[in-house]
Amino acid sequence: MPRRLPDSSKVLPSEITPEREYLSRRALLAGALSTAAVQSIGGFSRAAYGQSPGALTYVHNADLSVTAAPNSYRDITTYNNYYEFGTDKSDPSENAQKFRTQPWNVTIGGEAEVTGTFALEDILKPHPLEERVYRLRCVEAWSMVVPWIGFPLGDLLKRFKPTSKAKFVEFKTLYDPKQMPGQRVGVLEWPYVEGLRIDEAMHPLTLMAVGLYGKVLPNQNGAPLRLIIPWKYGFKGIKAIVSIKFTERAPRTTWAGAASNEYGFFANVNPSVDHPRWSQASERRIGANAFGPRQPTLPFNGYAAQVAGLYSGMDLRKYF
Amino acid sequence: MWRIRWVLKPLVFLACLLPALRLGVGALNAVEAWNIGGISLGADPVKMLLHTCGRWTLNFLMITLCMTPLRDLTRSVFWLKFRRMFGLFSLFYAVLHFSIYLLLDQNGRLSDLWQDIVKRPYITLGMLALLSLIPLGVTSTAKAQRRLGRDWTRLHRLVYVIAILGVWHFWWQVKKDIREPLLYACGLTLLLGYRLWKERRSLSRLSAARFARTDAA
Repeated sequence: MPRRLPDSSKVLPSEITPEREYLSRRALLAGALSTAAVQSIGGFSRAAYGQSPGALTYVHNADLSVTAAPNSYRDITTYNNYYEFGTDKSDPSENAQKFRTQPWNVTIGGEAEVTGTFALEDILKPHPLEERVYRLRCVEAWSMVVPWIGFPLGDLLKRFKPTSKAKFVEFKTLYDPKQMPGQRVGVLEWPYVEGLRIDEAMHPLTLMAVGLYGKVLPNQNGAPLRLIIPWKYGFKGIKAIVSIKFTERAPRTTWAGAASNEYGFFANVNPSVDHPRWSQASERRIGANAFGPRQPTLPFNGYAAQVAGLYSGMDLRKYF
Repeated sequence: MWRIRWVLKPLVFLACLLPALRLGVGALNAVEAWNIGGISLGADPVKMLLHTCGRWTLNFLMITLCMTPLRDLTRSVFWLKFRRMFGLFSLFYAVLHFSIYLLLDQNGRLSDLWQDIVKRPYITLGMLALLSLIPLGVTSTAKAQRRLGRDWTRLHRLVYVIAILGVWHFWWQVKKDIREPLLYACGLTLLLGYRLWKERRSLSRLSAARFARTDAA
């Protein structure tokens, strides 16, 4: 039985209400508060708003969104790196359809005052959702623009009252080879582990995502809970999170552990530090203009103004 | 005989063109947002074109290298009639692979190409393989074969090196999942191992025969 956060009700919503309905019910409540903001969204189809299963209620955060046109839902949901479901880009959309995302528990541990295992509903409950259109830059030198729905990771972490020893945050993906066929193959060490320095985790741009294009996150995109750090390479955005741990030392992350000369702990998007086997100076934007030219990659994926300060004085060639 | 030349060969030729045809239709679909034959190159058409042509280059190299073992196994020279065609298709897909890389991936910037060749070992290997494949294609005619005589055989042994370079190029390019290049490496090991084994066997037979002769004398 998962523990409950102090502010949760006695009966777990996961015991009575399917998550999707739960989320859309929340959506109705929150909707009343944020109607004005919602009306100003525009751009995406809002026809099914609040009605279709999986539709979420959220406020569009224009300040933290890029103005570039987002990639199509189809591109975002069929072109995925999610090795738990296979190493081909099309594998996750094919193999993740039956993945069960409820019930879902998240274990909070390490250097914090509040720890334990919590139902996903309790994790999500206090957080109003917002839409943020972020650039996504893969370490493989392609990129997309994705309208995520989520909330700042920092808001979640603060609820657990991390202690002064909490210098890093470690995240883990579910380990379930029965459901995740890719985990039956030793391509990577399972479960997938990612990590952030605490100031990176608390940065307002760092997003805990639960949806995209206004709907509940599809399984192949990391449902039910995934991380988005828009100034870092995509592999930092760990999917299907079941564990969050505050640590004193930098966690050993999966890709850095697999090839430490190719993938660093920080993995900040940096056009001037090449991957040993390919250039990071430019990227191919997936989408509309299929055979269009590559575009230059921006330092910190275009978010330098907001995040470069986190790394002042650091040698980014050494800490790549 | 005419059946091989006028029926079977053209059929095999068309079959070898199918992957390129598919890619062509896929590229057209991607540009025009059509859906001819339901063929899609996915979200990243350039990568799909690039990788598919690369794979077919290797596939045709492997198929070409299968012809001699098949001849030995079946004791029929039938297979050798297709060897040149397969070899040339390997060159065809290699040239496509390179052109897609240069024109679509690198936007045709030759300065970037040179940088890539010098800086990235897997691209160096790929370029070496392609450049070595060209003389084999050029000397693939019956006329060149006659003119070069024994040198032709020596020159065309280069195909073993090219195949190794090609598989190596693939291996160094993949991010982490090496299962596919490993499969090619295993196939190539078998095909090249067979040739080594044959060579050693014929050498030992030769020395055995010589030994027998001295023994009799």
